[in-house]
Amino acid sequence: MDYKTKLNRQQIANRLAQEFEDGWLVNLGIGIPTLCSNYHQPDKTIIYHSENGVIGYGPIQKTGEEDLHLVNAGGQYITLIPGASIVDHADSFAIIRSGRLDLTVMGAYEVTEDGDFANWKTLGRKGGGIGGAMDLAIGAKRVFLGLQHTTRDGVPKLRSTCSLPLTAKGVVKLVCTDLGLFEITNEGFLMKEIAQGYYPDEVQTMTDARIIVSASLKEFSI
Amino acid sequence: MRNKILPNFNLGVEHIEDGSTIMIPGFAGPGTPRNLIAALIKQGAKNLTGISNHPGAGPYDDHLDLGDLIKNGQVCKMICCFTAAPHPSQATDFEIMNEKGQIEGEILPQGTLAERIRAAASGLGGFYTQAGVGTELAKGKEHRLIDGKEYLLEYPLHADYAFIRAYKADTFGNLQFRLSQRNFNPIMAMAAKTTIVEVETDIVPVGEINPDQIHTPGIFIDHIIRIPDNGIWDHPIYRN
Repeated sequence: MDYKTKLNRQQIANRLAQEFEDGWLVNLGIGIPTLCSNYHQPDKTIIYHSENGVIGYGPIQKTGEEDLHLVNAGGQYITLIPGASIVDHADSFAIIRSGRLDLTVMGAYEVTEDGDFANWKTLGRKGGGIGGAMDLAIGAKRVFLGLQHTTRDGVPKLRSTCSLPLTAKGVVKLVCTDLGLFEITNEGFLMKEIAQGYYPDEVQTMTDARIIVSASLKEFSI
Repeated sequence: MRNKILPNFNLGVEHIEDGSTIMIPGFAGPGTPRNLIAALIKQGAKNLTGISNHPGAGPYDDHLDLGDLIKNGQVCKMICCFTAAPHPSQATDFEIMNEKGQIEGEILPQGTLAERIRAAASGLGGFYTQAGVGTELAKGKEHRLIDGKEYLLEYPLHADYAFIRAYKADTFGNLQFRLSQRNFNPIMAMAAKTTIVEVETDIVPVGEINPDQIHTPGIFIDHIIRIPDNGIWDHPIYRN
């Protein structure tokens, strides 16, 4: 057996979506996270919240059937599920800050073994993009991240400390990359699942923090 | 009763002075007051401060929006949640000018932006939020421990003008929004000294909108303008 298979973006989203529980109110950020709503889970009812005040949206709308008054956080035209509701931006962030969200899923540039993460500003640029990330990070009951394990240049995104400006400290609970699923524990990154054909030592070399390998480590099955 | 209905957008923006602060709602398209922005570009007021979630979309969006007002050199400062696009390849006009030092930017979390507007709309002196604690945005802000958690003090955000885009209005200015068009519109309408509305459907007589279904009461509204057929309407933008 010599083949190695990393997860693609949709598979990272699918793996995170498997963790969603029936009845959860979930906010999905731009990028890999918005792909989570494509993962069909007929046995669960998930209520998706979008920061622009949409509570209860369904799949992306088909081309030609868009309602120009209805978009998600990424500006994609969406559908509503029965029972959906709309609020203004202040009320949308009241929902976010007050702990009503069971989960927020975001992308990130960097995440640490302490659950700190950075996703709004890169080096060498004057500006950044915060959007709702800082409010979501402090307000949601859980923060999950979906990201590539390294940058295109091979720089690790799972780290002992962030090199970029932080979005929030100590809030991340679960991280899924193309190479593994990591729970953030008091001891650091606990690798619970690994990409097919990879060995923990290889993943460790692409990580800037110590990885603890779960005694029940298994390959992704997604 | 004063007549709030104006026949065109030029009259809606003619009194806006240089140096004014203007709130511009809209989120990824819906709820953006494009006709009022276009009229202000024509009117030419300068040294404006803009308050908006986003300083205008990038090249993927050919709609007229706040980015066009910025590109025209009329804005000296933006208070918003995005001072750079995720990728340099998608740089907005604001970002390009900000990198050159031609425009100032103040970035803040979106919930803090919304609540600072709501605080101004509500006559509050400020509020405490956890958003931004432990980040570089917390520098210089008053920290307070409340029930064992750390919070930052944030102040209200006032404006001279708010431009609003509504779906339906009556002659008094009672407004309805449709779906995610609502976003920042109701809170900005309440937070500015003068609020000007562009409306997508025919203005109806008072009494026609059910009071229980009014999102923004007309007491907050100064001017209403019906978008004509040849006005600026949304068309689909496809994003991945």
